[in-house]
Amino acid sequence: MLKSQDLEKEVPPRVLYPLNPRAAHNTTQYSFKEKCFKVDEQVDQVVMHFAMDGLILLKESPEAMDQIEVFEKKEAEQNEKEEAEAIDEDFDPPENEKEIPVKNPLRNQFNFSERAAQSKNAILRERSWTTEPPPTTRNYGTVTQWEIFDQYMAEIEAAKLVHSQDKKSGKSAYDDMSEKKKKSDSDPTYSENMKLSIKIMERMVNQNAENEVYHDFKYWEDRSDEFRDGEGTLLPLWRFSSEKAKKKQVTCIKWNPHYSDLCAVGFGSYDFMRQGTGVICCYSLKNTRFPEYVFNTDAGVCSLDWHPAHPAVLAVGLYDGTVLVYDVRARTKKPIYQSTVRTNKHTDPVWEVRWNNDESTGALNFYSISSDGRVSNWFLLKNKLESEEVMELKLMGSPGTGEEDETSLAGLAGGLCFDFHSHSDHSHLFLVGTEEGRIHKCSKAFSGQYLETYEGHTMAVYSVRWNPFHEKIFISASADWTVKLWNHENRFAILSFDLSQAIGDVAWAPYSSTTFAAITSDGAGGSTSGVVHVYDLSVNRNDHICAQKVVKRAKLTHVAFSKSEPIIIVGDDRGGSHLVNTLKLSPNLRIDVVRTDETDQNLTDMDMQLQKMEHLLEMVTETKTT
Amino acid sequence: MSEVEETLNRIKTHKGVSGIVIVNSDGVPMRSTLDSKQTLQYSALISQLAAKARSVVRELDPQNDLTFLRIRSKKHEIMVAPDREYILIVIQDPNADQGS
Repeated sequence: MLKSQDLEKEVPPRVLYPLNPRAAHNTTQYSFKEKCFKVDEQVDQVVMHFAMDGLILLKESPEAMDQIEVFEKKEAEQNEKEEAEAIDEDFDPPENEKEIPVKNPLRNQFNFSERAAQSKNAILRERSWTTEPPPTTRNYGTVTQWEIFDQYMAEIEAAKLVHSQDKKSGKSAYDDMSEKKKKSDSDPTYSENMKLSIKIMERMVNQNAENEVYHDFKYWEDRSDEFRDGEGTLLPLWRFSSEKAKKKQVTCIKWNPHYSDLCAVGFGSYDFMRQGTGVICCYSLKNTRFPEYVFNTDAGVCSLDWHPAHPAVLAVGLYDGTVLVYDVRARTKKPIYQSTVRTNKHTDPVWEVRWNNDESTGALNFYSISSDGRVSNWFLLKNKLESEEVMELKLMGSPGTGEEDETSLAGLAGGLCFDFHSHSDHSHLFLVGTEEGRIHKCSKAFSGQYLETYEGHTMAVYSVRWNPFHEKIFISASADWTVKLWNHENRFAILSFDLSQAIGDVAWAPYSSTTFAAITSDGAGGSTSGVVHVYDLSVNRNDHICAQKVVKRAKLTHVAFSKSEPIIIVGDDRGGSHLVNTLKLSPNLRIDVVRTDETDQNLTDMDMQLQKMEHLLEMVTETKTT
Repeated sequence: MSEVEETLNRIKTHKGVSGIVIVNSDGVPMRSTLDSKQTLQYSALISQLAAKARSVVRELDPQNDLTFLRIRSKKHEIMVAPDREYILIVIQDPNADQGS
């Protein structure tokens, strides 16, 4: 019960606010005017749980009044209708004119009449066609700069061809074209390109397999040479062998003057009793397994020489006295020139051949020496080989009997080796080594007499060589176990080295005027055969600086220095397995010129080499006189 | 002709050479010393690689052309000699031959 005071009290108004737990906390709208989102906290919290439209109308409302009117009108109409229909039953005469229904005729103002007609409706049919899609192929390609280039080049070629066709008669050009086409249809395995590719491929395969050896060849240097003064070693690198040269002996080795990796090796036999056919193999350092070129000859090969200007031309001397000239590039394996009995071939083995640099006659020519005592000059004419006798090696009587008796002995001396002087002012001079042990100096111009005879060797002289630097010095190797150094102005040797074995060959080093290598051929037991001796006279005048046994149980027959690489090639008499060994020279063996601070800077290497030699000669002559 | 045959034989019998494949310009192997599955693999893969390599070389200078391609891997080396009409592929194991 509220008391009167409570009624007076101001009661704060109590308002009930609805709270819809499901309503959002705020509505946020983007205002384009202010370009930001505006948050509106006022959210309608009213929830309608149930709504239904009602049908109740208020009696006094205008809607209700309208409804009542409509309803009454309808009722009235209905009544009238019933009365009109009920005329049959109740035939009461109309009491009132007013009760007769009045027909209202329809009248319009415009005299509108409606007429309509219906035309025939066409029947709609749908017809459609689909065609087969044209066959599509995908064409794609790349466009790169080189393809464009190729296209241009091809067009230029075609234009050229058309141009040349215009010049010639049309038919012949067409024939050429058709022939070319035929060639390309054949098996590409055998095309020219394949030959080249496969050759290089073989080289690559070999190089891979022998990678270490190639590295040694190029880069390895014997370090111990720094500690060992005056001594050097030879590192074995490769062994060239060939099936075709089994049981043959190496009879000569020559490096190609132009291609420094190519060397020609001739195989034959030194044994008089066992003579067979001969083989020439040209090996390249780039392919150490198989020779580049192989030629078979009828008799054992005794000597070879490459032409200095035409690096593919090879002159060969055989055991039966024939000389041959090969062109290694030729397809066929036949020599391009061959000497026969009719062309005055030698009757004994041709121990050495040498090309003549001087081509004043126009034709290529070379010299050959043989143990039948003749030195011949062969000219390569158009289709034959012509020989001209340079001289006959007359037998000299022993010194002391006098010069008058020189023709008393019948027959000729057997020549075993010769060497032409390389210097231009002495180019007419050449040396000949004979079986008797004498060395003769001869001239190309003088065919009758020897200019000088050098005595010293007691047995056959196998090799004579001029020094490549010093024009007066030459060296000779003989079967009497000695290597002798001569000055061509003196009749007697300057220096002599005893190797205690028969010497097969001696060669000057191309890089130093005082270095040479000699090889021993005969072996009594096994310890002294197969040894390569290297001498450097500026380092050690009396003894070798390197003596290395290179092969077991074989005799070495020839040695050759390579002009550009620090290697030497040594051939032996064991065919098939050993054959040719390549050895690398250690640094001590390769001293060419030693330049110190004192040496004159203006001197060229050549001068230095000459100086070395001169120095050596002085020392030698000093010791001799003292 | 026989020189090519001889040289091919020598390469085939070289120690360390696992196989030789000669592929013509369409990618069809003409000769092979490997089994057929490997041959197909090598011919397809190497043809594509050689074409790409040639494209690289010529793109840099159109007057240049590819002469050889060598791929060295841990196990062996593949040497490819591409040409207009053929591709010559040699597979070698360089270590198998050392010391010979």
